[in-house]
Amino acid sequence: MVPGLEQYLILSAIIFSIGLFGAITKRSAVVILICIEIMLAGVNIAMVAFSRFITPVELTGQSFSVFVIVVAAAEVAVGLAIILALYRQRHTIDTDKIDLLKW
Amino acid sequence: MGLQIAFWILSAAAVIAAAGVVWQRNLFRAALLLVVCFLATAGIFVTLSADFLAAAQVIINVGAVAILIIMSIMLTREVTRGSPANRLGVPAFFLTGIVAAAIIFAVFKTSWPLSGGLPAEPTSSALAHLLLGGEGFELVIQMGALLLLATIIGAIVLLKENK
Repeated sequence: MVPGLEQYLILSAIIFSIGLFGAITKRSAVVILICIEIMLAGVNIAMVAFSRFITPVELTGQSFSVFVIVVAAAEVAVGLAIILALYRQRHTIDTDKIDLLKW
Repeated sequence: MGLQIAFWILSAAAVIAAAGVVWQRNLFRAALLLVVCFLATAGIFVTLSADFLAAAQVIINVGAVAILIIMSIMLTREVTRGSPANRLGVPAFFLTGIVAAAIIFAVFKTSWPLSGGLPAEPTSSALAHLLLGGEGFELVIQMGALLLLATIIGAIVLLKENK
């Protein structure tokens, strides 16, 4: 049996959920960024699977995936710049201790 | 048959690596497991006959993003402290379990308009026509370039020594 659309979508859901769990529970800001990258990788799998099984010639899903990769690269660059700037000022990247905007 | 074996091996590698990132206390090992997860994702793209995206995934995510993350882990010296979890472990576990169950339920309840056509190979020229052709996503590509420029300027401004 060749893996169908459902198998790829379940794999995508599992990877997305693992990333979501890490993004909620981790305290280090870098690890939260890593988990968001994992979530985006899971979404990309779903996009490419839709492109393969629903529009195999038009490749609509793959073009969305290109934009996801571009925005993820931009997001990780700015996010790490913010983390490094925070580390310079407060000497920690623990999100429990970065409470400048906490009410 | 070969496709099926490749799919199961790669998906097991991706899921185990992603779980390892969450499980692992050592930040540096977590970043290396992220590389494994990205490589497995690129392999899954190959099984979906998306050759251009697999190459882009290896070049951008494995090459650039992972190096950036590893460098920032080194620069913030957080390796010694590890990656502790906060107090939300149990509620977060149930929340993500519900999310995953909802997605999988929706996947099985939806009747997908499957197309039995063979995939376009190689995808690079078809993708280029789609993205840069006459009525394609040309404006969005330009906005992507603008976004990357803004990202570069933003990162430089954020990390400039203000003296």
